[in-house]
This record gives sequence, structure tokens and C-alpha cells, in this order.
Amino acid sequence: MRMFSTVIVPIVTVVLAGATAAFAQQNLAKPSVDPARVDAVVTDAFPTAPVDLRPRLVPDETMSSCSANRNSPPKSIAEAIQKRERAAIHYPADGKFLGDWKNGEKLAQSGYGLRFTDYPPRQEIGGNCYACHQITDQEVSYGTLGPSLLGYGKLRDFKQAVAKAVYEKIYDSHAAFPCSTMPRFGASKILTVDQIKDIVALLMSPESPVNK
Amino acid sequence: MRLRRTLIAAACVAVAIPFIATAQDADTEKGIEKYRQMLRKDPWTNPGLLDADRGEILWKTPRGPKNVSLEQCDLGKGPGKVDGAFAELPRYFADADRVMDLETRILWCMEKLQGFNRADLVKRPHPGGGQPIKELGAIATYVASKSSGLKFAAKAELPKEKDAIALGEVLFNRRSGPFDFACSTCHASSGLRIRLQGLPFLADPKEAREVVGQWPAYRVSSAHVMTMQHRLYDCFWQMRMPELQLGSELSVALIAYLVKMAEGGEISAPGLKR
Ligand code: HEC
Ligand code: HEC
Repeated sequence: MRMFSTVIVPIVTVVLAGATAAFAQQNLAKPSVDPARVDAVVTDAFPTAPVDLRPRLVPDETMSSCSANRNSPPKSIAEAIQKRERAAIHYPADGKFLGDWKNGEKLAQSGYGLRFTDYPPRQEIGGNCYACHQITDQEVSYGTLGPSLLGYGKLRDFKQAVAKAVYEKIYDSHAAFPCSTMPRFGASKILTVDQIKDIVALLMSPESPVNK
Repeated sequence: MRLRRTLIAAACVAVAIPFIATAQDADTEKGIEKYRQMLRKDPWTNPGLLDADRGEILWKTPRGPKNVSLEQCDLGKGPGKVDGAFAELPRYFADADRVMDLETRILWCMEKLQGFNRADLVKRPHPGGGQPIKELGAIATYVASKSSGLKFAAKAELPKEKDAIALGEVLFNRRSGPFDFACSTCHASSGLRIRLQGLPFLADPKEAREVVGQWPAYRVSSAHVMTMQHRLYDCFWQMRMPELQLGSELSVALIAYLVKMAEGGEISAPGLKR
């Protein structure tokens, strides 16, 4: 229950921010644009894309419904997204959610990977968490697109249920919050199950600098 | 006169470099703000003006397989009319039957008037870090500088112009790629940053008016002038998307949308960026 209340505050803020943005956009009198044409225009804009990267031009169903609803989906669509994204989560075979926080910190720092200049890969893909989140006191170069995660585990009494929720959040952010702007690290195959466990440990282990 | 400008600009590059090499981005931003104030007092100190000068020469010199200058290029106000032309772009061009932003129009003129090969021009259109801006970009910098002090005033009265803006709005909000990013992921709220880089709220007229008119801009961290097409190319790179083609309908639509958001904002090209 405690966790619920700490999660809800940032969500409300984000939803409100989203609503303001949506309002600003509605002021533009906009003729409707045919979705098939949009797809064609996008395909046409990336003619040199290598075959492996071409699937990126096409959004999946979750992205399409989030875009169409400017990230504030009505209840029925939000529920459909949640159901689909929950089903996409794979859990660790050993049932444990905490890996090695030191490796988790490395992954949270690294923004390497998946850019067209990152092929052939020269190192493993990072989670890039600091791009959007404050995580430890030591790292002052952090972004503010997402809420601060400082003291995350400590503030939640290191509960096992929270560790599971964090694993799910990182694996597929839309399962808890449809149309979140946070990437779906597991479902989109950016990070592996073991890497996600390492990052969960960064947030949830008592030894981690996050909780010192 | 030109020599004096060149020297001052070169000196300023040297002053600017420590900002990149040292400390934090936050300090960098302060340093750049100081530098911007300096520019307001003496606008000739912006290194981007060297490229505007180069662009002017390129515009006026007969070049390409047909060996003609761009002085017959119609940027919307009649052949060869450069002054104030940028302030009314993007616009619909009947000869090409499409809406074009500045760079797409220059590309069109280089192809149709001068006989350059379009495929060659769009192959590597943007400079890498530390390299000077390419010819097309230098010409764009020149043309944009000739609207400095004016306000964005694209008419957007024709159906195809309105359509480009509407398409741009959809594209700005269209998520795709492995990170599920859209432009709106990073540019649809005020006061946020990614790591330490501030993210302007580009769907908000107030913030759009402040920044859009600064492009093309001398970018201190990469030590060259960057155009708006290059800026978008780079944002798509961050979005883990493939390489955006210069002159594509998508790029024009996004620029039409950004410029619509910035309508009434003052043009101060070439500007100065982090
Ligand atoms: C592009 C931005 C972005 C990136 C990258 C990102 N996040 Fe997030 N994150 C958000 C946003 C926005 C929210 C708030 C909305 C939500 O809950 O989905 C959030 C929420 C969270 C929450 C829930 C916070 C709470 O209040 O309980 C956790 C935990 C989290 N992120 C962890 C991570 C981790 C770990 C990574 C890296 C593997 C990461 N995030 C990468 C944007 C991002
Ligand atoms: C992952 C984050 C991210 C996404 C997504 C993104 N951008 Fe950006 N954008 C940035 C950053 C960071 C900067 C500032 C870069 C710098 O400081 O050098 C920026 C700068 C800009 C600027 C210049 C703003 C100024 O200060 O003058 C424009 C215009 C822009 N982006 C447009 C777009 C458009 C259009 C899209 C979608 C096609 C997009 N961006 C997608 C991160 C992003």
C-alpha cells in the first residue's frame, strides 16, 4: 500500500503535464491526416535504412494507440494496452529479482547502443537510465524526464513486492502506466532478464549507493 | 573588412573551445550565454558568419555541370531575391508542386538550375564534428542570415501548406523505434532535461519562438554550423531511428510544424548553440 502511494504522485504529475501538452496542441485547427499516408511519408524519409533497421519505421499497436491519443488514452484503450504489455513480461527462471548492483550502475550509466552509428556493436547496449532519472548522489549529470529514484528501495522498506514491481516497470513500463514515455527495456529486447535484475538491484539492494 | 571579421571570429572559436573541454554542461550553458551577450554587442564575432560569407560566394558563383549561379533560384519572392525570403518559408512552390523548407528549396535549385546530381547532394549532407558545414548548408546559412531581425511569417494559406503543418504535428507525436520515442517524448514539456541538456518545449509557441529562429546555428560543442535539417537528423539518431533524408516530405512537414509554432518569433540566424 505504501508503495502504491509513492508511485501515484509522479504518475499524477506526468498525466497532468500530458494533459496540458495535449491542450496546447488542440489549439491548432487540424485537418485529419490519413494514417496510411503518414506511414508512407515515414518510409520515404529513410530510403537508406539497412534492412535490419527498417522495422523501426513501423510503430507497434501500443505505440500507435499512444500516439493517436497523444499519450492520454481513454480508459478502454489504456486497459487494452496494459493487458497486452503485462502479457509481454518474461520473469526470471530462478524467481529472483535482484542481481549485481555494480553491473546495474554500469548499465544505468551507459547510453550506448542501437543508434545507426552503433553497428557493428562495439559494446553491450546500456539502459541509459540517467538520461531521465536521478539515481545516486554521486552522479550529478542526470535528466529529469522521469522522477528521481534516489533512495528508492530504502523509502519502500526493501520489500520483495516492490522489487518485483520495479522489475516489471523496467521490463515493460506500459504494464503499470499505459503510454509511459519510458522505453520498454525487456519487451523491446534492449536489456536481457539478467541485466534488468542487475538494475533492480541498483534500486533495491541495501548495499547500493542509491540507498545509502 | 572581411579579414577583420575572419580574425575576430577565429579568436572567438579559440575562446569558445575551453567551454567544451572543461567542466559541466551547466557551466557551458552559462559560458554560452555570456558569449551570446557578447554577440549582441558585436554580432560579427559569431564564427557562423564565416559560413554565411562562404554561402554568399557559393550563391553568386557559376557552378555545377550547367555552370550557372543560384541567382536565378526563386526562394519564393522571385528569382534571386534573398532578403527576407527565409522568413516566409516553408511555402508551396508551384514549379516543384510541393511545400519546401529552405534547405529543400536550395537542394532543388542546385539540381534543376545548376545540374548537380541530387543523389550526391543528399548522400552525406551534414558535417561531422569539427568539419566545416557542407556547401548546401553554407548557402542556407547565408540565406537565413538575410532574414535576421525579421519575424517568422510563413503565410500557410494554401491547402498544401496547411496540410504540411498538420502532417508535421502528427509526425511530432508519432512514436516508433526500439525506445518508443517521438519528438514529443523530449519536447512536449517545459523545464525538463536529458542528462544535463535542456529540452525546449517545441509544441509550445512561447518556447518555440525563443529557439527556432536561431537555426542555422554555430554549435560550440561540435565546432560547426548546424542547420535545421541537420538538427532533426541528429534527433532521429538519438531516437535510434535510421538516417533522415534531407529534403524528405517528413523533414519538411516537421519544419513546417516547428515554424508554425514559432510564428512571430524573431529570426537571429546564424545563432549560437551549446
Ligand atoms: C526516456 C525517459 C526514460 C528512461 C530512459 C527511463 N525512464 Fe524510468 N521513467 C520515466 C518516466 C517518464 C517515468 C514516470 C512514468 C511512469 O511511471 O512510467 C518513469 C518511471 C520509472 C519508475 C517508477 C518510479 C516510481 O515512482 O515508482 C522506475 C522504477 C523507473 N522509471 C526506472 C527506470 C530505469 C531503471 C531505467 C533504465 C533502465 C529507466 N527508468 C529509464 C522515463 C524514463
Ligand atoms: C531522446 C530525446 C530527443 C528526442 C526524442 C528528440 N529530440 Fe530534439 N533535442 C534533444 C536534445 C538533447 C536537444 C539539444 C541538443 C543539444 O543541446 O545539443 C534537442 C534539440 C532540438 C532542437 C533545437 C532546439 C533548440 O534549443 O534550439 C529542435 C528544433 C529539435 N530538437 C527538434 C526535434 C524533433 C522535431 C524531434 C523529432 C523528430 C526531436 N527533436 C526528437 C533531444 C531529443
